[in-house]
Amino acid sequence: MTGFDLITDHLPVLTVVIPLMAGFLTPIVGWIDRKLCWYWVMLTMFAVLLMTSSNLYTVITSGTIHYHLGGWTPPIGIEYVIDLLNGFVCLIIAFIGLMVGIYSIESIKKELPNKIIPFYSIFLLLITGLMGMTITGDIFNFYVFLEISSLTAYALIAMGDRGDGVVASFNYLIMGTVAASFILLGIGYLYAVTGSLNIADMQGLLPSIYDNKVVLAALAFFMVGFSIKVGLFPLHAWLPDAYTHAPSAASALIAGLMTKVGAYAMIRFMFSVFTPEFVIDMTRMAEILTWAAALAIVVGSVLAIAQSDIKRMLAYSSISQIGYILLGVGLANVIGMQGGLLHILNHSLMKCALFLVAGAIFYRTGIRNLHQFQGLGKKMPVTTTVFLIAALSMIGVPGTVGFTSKWYLALGSINAGQWIFVIVILVSSLLNIVYFWRVFDNIWFGHPHEVEHIKRDEAPLSMLIPMVLLAVLCIFFGLFAYYPLHYVLEPLSNALLGIGVLP
Amino acid sequence: MAIETVHSITPALAVLVSMVASVLILAFGKYPNIREGWTFVAAFIKFSLVISMLPLILEGKVITYTVIEMLPNLPIAFKVDAFGILFAITSSFLWIFVSSYSIGYMRTLKEHAQTRYYFCFAIALSSAIGIAFSANLVTLFLFYELLTISTYPLVAHTETSEAISSGRKYLTYLMISGISLLFSILVVYHYTGTTEFSFSGIAGLETLPRTTLYILFITFMVGCAKAAFMPLHAWLPAAMVAPTPVSALLHAVAVVKAGVFTAIRVILYVFGIDLMEISGLWLYMAYFVSITIILASIFAMTQDNLKKRLAYSTVSQLSYVVLGAVLITQHGITGGMLHIPYHGFMKITLFMCAGALIVTAKKENISDMNGIARQMPITMLAFTVGALGMIGMPPAGGYITKWYLLLGAAELDNMILIGVLLISAVLNAAYFFPVIYVAFFKKPDKELTYKEAPLTMLVPLTLTAIISIIIGIWPDAPGMFLDIVNIAVANVTGGGI
Repeated sequence: MTGFDLITDHLPVLTVVIPLMAGFLTPIVGWIDRKLCWYWVMLTMFAVLLMTSSNLYTVITSGTIHYHLGGWTPPIGIEYVIDLLNGFVCLIIAFIGLMVGIYSIESIKKELPNKIIPFYSIFLLLITGLMGMTITGDIFNFYVFLEISSLTAYALIAMGDRGDGVVASFNYLIMGTVAASFILLGIGYLYAVTGSLNIADMQGLLPSIYDNKVVLAALAFFMVGFSIKVGLFPLHAWLPDAYTHAPSAASALIAGLMTKVGAYAMIRFMFSVFTPEFVIDMTRMAEILTWAAALAIVVGSVLAIAQSDIKRMLAYSSISQIGYILLGVGLANVIGMQGGLLHILNHSLMKCALFLVAGAIFYRTGIRNLHQFQGLGKKMPVTTTVFLIAALSMIGVPGTVGFTSKWYLALGSINAGQWIFVIVILVSSLLNIVYFWRVFDNIWFGHPHEVEHIKRDEAPLSMLIPMVLLAVLCIFFGLFAYYPLHYVLEPLSNALLGIGVLP
Repeated sequence: MAIETVHSITPALAVLVSMVASVLILAFGKYPNIREGWTFVAAFIKFSLVISMLPLILEGKVITYTVIEMLPNLPIAFKVDAFGILFAITSSFLWIFVSSYSIGYMRTLKEHAQTRYYFCFAIALSSAIGIAFSANLVTLFLFYELLTISTYPLVAHTETSEAISSGRKYLTYLMISGISLLFSILVVYHYTGTTEFSFSGIAGLETLPRTTLYILFITFMVGCAKAAFMPLHAWLPAAMVAPTPVSALLHAVAVVKAGVFTAIRVILYVFGIDLMEISGLWLYMAYFVSITIILASIFAMTQDNLKKRLAYSTVSQLSYVVLGAVLITQHGITGGMLHIPYHGFMKITLFMCAGALIVTAKKENISDMNGIARQMPITMLAFTVGALGMIGMPPAGGYITKWYLLLGAAELDNMILIGVLLISAVLNAAYFFPVIYVAFFKKPDKELTYKEAPLTMLVPLTLTAIISIIIGIWPDAPGMFLDIVNIAVANVTGGGI
């Protein structure tokens, strides 16, 4: 037995514990030398990435992992369960976290020169919160991590633009607390009627009391709570300000991950705490969700057109994209579900890349107003090319990730007989063209004479590497979507809808 | 009739060549001669690769290559058949001429952003060949969108507000049509579980309710807005703001032909001849495109800007191609398919002449061209050849395709369609002869001396004019376009080779 064998059994809990510990140790590392913080975060994130990859691989090859914290067996003890769904989401969290981590070194040095240590400390705690929310199989434990991730996110956002960042953070804090209260109430209700907090256990106990109004109220509370957390229109009001005024690196992290994990939680509660029959047939919650999502898709895109601040535009675009994910989930058929889940991955890649680009442009020029982007194509060719690829993905041009999820979502809508959603999805991609093409025109066209003398002044390498990597993945998964679909999403969708059993 | 299939990577290489070239063009952006060198190298390699597949196709085989399995059951795959190679040969062959012509045009006018221009041009050519070789609708859609995106910078090239707004118009039309095409593809996939082209149409579509089928056909045809059917044609005259080589190759050959190519793929290879006939769609579509044929010719007469007049002429001629295909008789389809390369050669000659006039004489409007033939006799002779071809008069090739189309209409005993073809020929004459008359016989306002465009421009336009005549005189030479078209027609009609 080697040392590695000793820890393999504990990988599920280590993915949470390592960033947690590292987060608390960051001030000490920073006290030795502030420059070390970044290396410390890199080391941690890289370790987390390896562990989550290993977890997902284990799940694909040998089935769901059950880990009992402290050896206490559920339902008494807290259980960590990794199946295809959270194995997949954890890997996304770790990867996006690493990318933003690499990127942050220069951007934080410029934007938050005095807050490097707290930034990295909170950064790791945010990862901890998201990781924990995803990985846990216990709904109260889930709530604890939800609060960790929320509090750290408030802190990160408050570090942003002087004044505005604090206001945005405060708005988010109020909305986020309302959401968390709803969720906590829901958890309390379920605990009151079942006497259990373990997800698997609860799923077994609930069906016999589905006609209980308390259960129904709990479901409603969860849906409202998570809708706020993911920024589902019309509960999105906190989101644009928060994304706009946060520091660049924090925007990318929060936009790439927070709402995705919220969407994950919504899926988990709908299909693993409750059962598909309950949310689809008995309460028709899934159908309600699709209509809300369709509305979000259209309104988010329309509002994005009206923005001139690039980060705010991307924020509204996020509201629309979250709609895609939830639409796919709400369609409640295998194809639509695959589209929604695939879009969690796709949107993380695209939106993170776009926010990183916005940050890089801000880093070099201090400009966020997209009408002042003239000549950027010549000044920052690599950065703007990344923007082009990611934006084309958002539009859903074939050969990029956006197309694959759009294809599945539209096909899923047809399968569900909901032609109106097909039109919503297609019209939304037209709207995406409208708001992204303005940026293209500003970057590359319009003022030929003014840009003749612009010198090339590219973002630093540490910013370029993660951006380019994300752009490459946008194309890679656009062409090779077969792999995530075949190995993860297809069996997963079947399992969630109760058609097949998780391997 | 079993068709022998050969697996080969050649079609993928033919598509990739100009993609690779586009990277090299970017890399050598600071050295104009090397940069243009890559364009030439790529054009020659591309044409050689395409032509190397021709012998197999002439033997009646098809070449297939699956690149990747993009989504489960949705591969990106190439399949070269006679119809595909017809379009590919036309585009890749003409790229060689236009490469030379571009150099003369762009350098004489000292255009800005030439690297971007050549880069996008190369990508656009890749997309065109990709469309030609697509084995299924999804692959076709991929390249169809890529073609739209890569040609936008070419349309908006001058970056004036007129160019940008034309570019927006271009994008609006083509993107909306792209969405419509995607919708249609989704519907086909939903009902049949496949998007792969088949010589007899995709099996399973015939079970659709008639109304669904009609709606599907309409959304498909809206999706083919690159074919510039009226009323979806407005982007094409707007796109004339682009540099003339772009108008010549892309908006007379690659892009618009991609549109009609897609339309024919849909009509004959997705719906299939039988379904078109049973559903009666062929006749509706024939009347629909007849309107475009006539109206566009009338619009062309009102244009004073030579490039815009040519653009409306293109709108009209494109509908000939589709008309041929929807006649669903052997002669009709032959005429329609054959019109793709024939119109390509003739129209590119006309556009290159128009570009030569802009560069050398600085004239865009027909009313300013009095006696211009005294200054540029070779250019105007080439123009005359192209114009005769458009009208359908020998020796240029146009009369052959019109003859086939007339035969096709006559076989159906449809007097309306025969009338449309004849009236259109008259209208063509009515808007081309004035140009020739003005150029050759009107007295110039001031004395003109002989001054032709640079050789890099003059040689290509002369060559395409000569080829236009050759394909008119020897249309049935072995391995020529008619041979290829015959095989393509045999494929879809189920006849022997």
